[in-house]
Amino acid sequence: MPEASILVRDLSKTYDKGSVLAVDKVSFEVKPGELFGLIGADGAGKSTIFRILTTVLLADSGTAHMAGFDVVRDYRKIRNLVGYMPGKFSLYQDLTVRENLEFFATVFGTTIDANMDLIKDIYDQIKPFSGRRAGKLSGGMKQKLALCCALIHKPAVLLLDEPTTGVDVVSRKEFWEMLKKLKAQGITIIVSTPYMDEAKLCERIALIQNGRIMSVDTPVNIIKSYPGKLFAAKSNDIYKLLKDFRAHPEIESCYAFGDYIHITLKDPSSSGLEVLNRIAMENNHSNVQIKEIKPGIEDSFILLMSQQKDLVQLTTTK
Amino acid sequence: MEEKVIVCKELTKRFGDFYAVDKISFDVSKGEIFGFLGANGAGKTTAMRILCGLSYPSSGDALVAGFSVRNQQESIKKNIGYMSQRFSLYENLSILENIEFFGGVYGVSRKEIKDRSYKLVGELGLQKEAKKMVGSLPLGWKQKLAFSVSIFHHPKIVFLDEPTGGVDPVTRRQFWDMIYDASASGITIFVTTHYMDEAEYCNRISVMVDGKMEALDTPGNLKTKYGSDSMEDVFYKLARAAKRTGD
Amino acid sequence: MKQLLVFVKKEFKQVFRDPRTLLIMFGLPIAQIVLFGFALTSEVKNIDILISDHSKDVVTTEIVSKIKATNYFIVHEKTMGDQEIEKTFKGGKIQCILIFPDGFNNELIHQGKSEVQIIADGTDPNTAKTMINYLTTILNEYQLQKFPSSALRYQIRTEPRMLFNEEDNGSMNYIPGVMALILMLVCTALTSVSIVKEKELGTMEILLVSPFRPVMVLVAKAVPYFILSLVNFTIILLLSVFLLHIDVRGSLLLLYAESALFILTCLSLGLLISNSTNAQQTALLISMMGMMLPTIIFTGFIFPLENMPWILRTVSNIVPSKWYFIIVKAVMLKGLGFRFVWKETLILIFMTVVLLSVALKKFKIRLQ
Repeated sequence: MPEASILVRDLSKTYDKGSVLAVDKVSFEVKPGELFGLIGADGAGKSTIFRILTTVLLADSGTAHMAGFDVVRDYRKIRNLVGYMPGKFSLYQDLTVRENLEFFATVFGTTIDANMDLIKDIYDQIKPFSGRRAGKLSGGMKQKLALCCALIHKPAVLLLDEPTTGVDVVSRKEFWEMLKKLKAQGITIIVSTPYMDEAKLCERIALIQNGRIMSVDTPVNIIKSYPGKLFAAKSNDIYKLLKDFRAHPEIESCYAFGDYIHITLKDPSSSGLEVLNRIAMENNHSNVQIKEIKPGIEDSFILLMSQQKDLVQLTTTK
Repeated sequence: MEEKVIVCKELTKRFGDFYAVDKISFDVSKGEIFGFLGANGAGKTTAMRILCGLSYPSSGDALVAGFSVRNQQESIKKNIGYMSQRFSLYENLSILENIEFFGGVYGVSRKEIKDRSYKLVGELGLQKEAKKMVGSLPLGWKQKLAFSVSIFHHPKIVFLDEPTGGVDPVTRRQFWDMIYDASASGITIFVTTHYMDEAEYCNRISVMVDGKMEALDTPGNLKTKYGSDSMEDVFYKLARAAKRTGD
Repeated sequence: MKQLLVFVKKEFKQVFRDPRTLLIMFGLPIAQIVLFGFALTSEVKNIDILISDHSKDVVTTEIVSKIKATNYFIVHEKTMGDQEIEKTFKGGKIQCILIFPDGFNNELIHQGKSEVQIIADGTDPNTAKTMINYLTTILNEYQLQKFPSSALRYQIRTEPRMLFNEEDNGSMNYIPGVMALILMLVCTALTSVSIVKEKELGTMEILLVSPFRPVMVLVAKAVPYFILSLVNFTIILLLSVFLLHIDVRGSLLLLYAESALFILTCLSLGLLISNSTNAQQTALLISMMGMMLPTIIFTGFIFPLENMPWILRTVSNIVPSKWYFIIVKAVMLKGLGFRFVWKETLILIFMTVVLLSVALKKFKIRLQ
């Protein structure tokens, strides 16, 4: 398998004659054989980046290379080495599972059998339904079939655009297991997702919002670079606690996070636990639990977003 | 005794010999935030359709806002709000026009629409965008606006079908703030989601597996019962046992 | 090559699994042919004709009984003045009036010619045209029969008040017209929709990101619809021959060859439309609705082109179905050979080449 790295430099793309900025000077690098995640909400620009990389869209400016090939000039070579799963389920609904696979195998100039070793694990799961029309499969099954089709020609690079969106927790877990196995085969993988909890399953991630990359690093390093302390709190009336904290001048940010509230303070030198306990007492909360915690990717994302806020306002009112 | 706004008794929906919804029973109280979870194909959407008065049950019954899903569907529709990730608002109408239209559909008087729509736009911080087409807004704002529109006519219950899918973490939380506010004002929230951290924000959660309601309790109790530290784990333990994969 | 074959196979599978496509492909032509065919045959029967015979001589009596003998007319007889004509038509029952002037036979014998007047209700020009044709034919036949040797000496001149550029039996004209219409609409619509469908579904994106040459997608789409359109054409032809009793007078091979050419023209147009739109609905709207009217108007089978202002006549030249219509009329109805239609054939070839090259040029190897 060829050494397939990806190099993106200052990529920008606008839609509607420049009025909508989809991707704004994005740069990142993916090492050969790496599992790289693009983490961000819908409309952050993830799909646009994928389309530029897969050569079906031209960037306004900037360059991108895949395995050394330029995405504009050498588009034909890239189309041979890329496996791509678009965000929307994109197979023929009126063909059966088997027919879809055979069709895409032939389009890519190969056969199912020649690549069985690569797709076997995944194919075995959908094999019982091989005579069923793709349109009649469940969400998880469709996704597996789409992955099989994307892998049918042993691509050196696999680009997966939001493969787990709208899929339940069980299927999502299975899907990430499959990705790990593929990575072990040396395939370079870029995957995008709006689920922050999936970020930790990637080797390196780019956090992306409003067409900009806010941070690129390993999940561990991103969490490490979280400045200041993060606290978690809960009480009997968690919604009131959230409002009380939010109203207090010493609190910088405060948001719900699962069954806890996450809080940061304006003054990093103050003893956070004391301050928070005091505020909770003042507002007559009972059963108060407050502790300092390690931040997660989602905390980092929220923080980076708030730092970007000014920029966000600028772009949306333009 | 708390007022019950949804009383569901052995509700069943059968397609041929396939039980999409299999004798589910539960109550939801006024102002409660009720999380309705389940794997793909577990029967969530079918059950929700019946409760919204869009489809008839095969057997069993449910009272929604005091009206039966068997024969009082029109009355149900007047008393509920509905919003989903797929359809929310008309993209080629402006924010104000959308409010005016949906308010009118639900019988809110013209005067009230006029008075309150500007207030609503102000609360959402969308004054400058009030006359812009909804299609030009970022997804998160659309969803917040859609929620506001769905409760504009003060329904007793609002059904939210994956309202925050694909929305960024900050906007997602702002959305939940709005849900809490609505709940505090007495509106019952019936919500489905794929984000397990959001499940924690609900007062009670039900988990559907293969058409049956396998679990129903507060998030805290469920975690204790299944020996898990997160709702994700609870859900995983329950849904893994599912045999159905069809949608 | 193998890729292309698999693509074509896939396309056929999809067509036969989609009831909607099948209906448009085969249901529409059958419905059209049967509708046009039978609507027309019932139109020319049971015409209420009023015969105003001012002469009442041997010849006029013979002619009237001839008219009665056909099953096309219900004859009402009443001698009346010119001022009553309009009133009669306004009554609504009478569709056609035949007037023999006073001394009809006399004039015929002494001056060698005589005139009858045919007045038809022009509110329905097609029926009027047909009625006039029938009467003219009956009069001509009578003439030949009565004065076989001296046909030139004694002439009955008909003087129809509704003049149309008529060269053929009207009902026969419809069949080539319907053929042109159906092939034009069905072929263009299905081709454009099938490509746009791939765009809408997202499969186009996957196909683009594959070593499959993008232009081959066009070829792969064109092949199945070319074959299906030929089948379609055969069905129309069989229906015309066996149901509507219209004979193919010319060479069947030539007819097929010309039809294949016309199908290619339509395919190219369909490909062009599919390149310029991204939604199935838009494609269908453009190719069905947008083309229906121009095709009906400018093909010339319902509204004679010769009667149109020159600007519309000029416009009609860019409508491919007009040329195909001329070709089919010549080959199928008149039995003419290739040397009579080579000009029209060249025009169609030229159109196909232009449409196809624009379609290929506009085809995007990327998304917009």
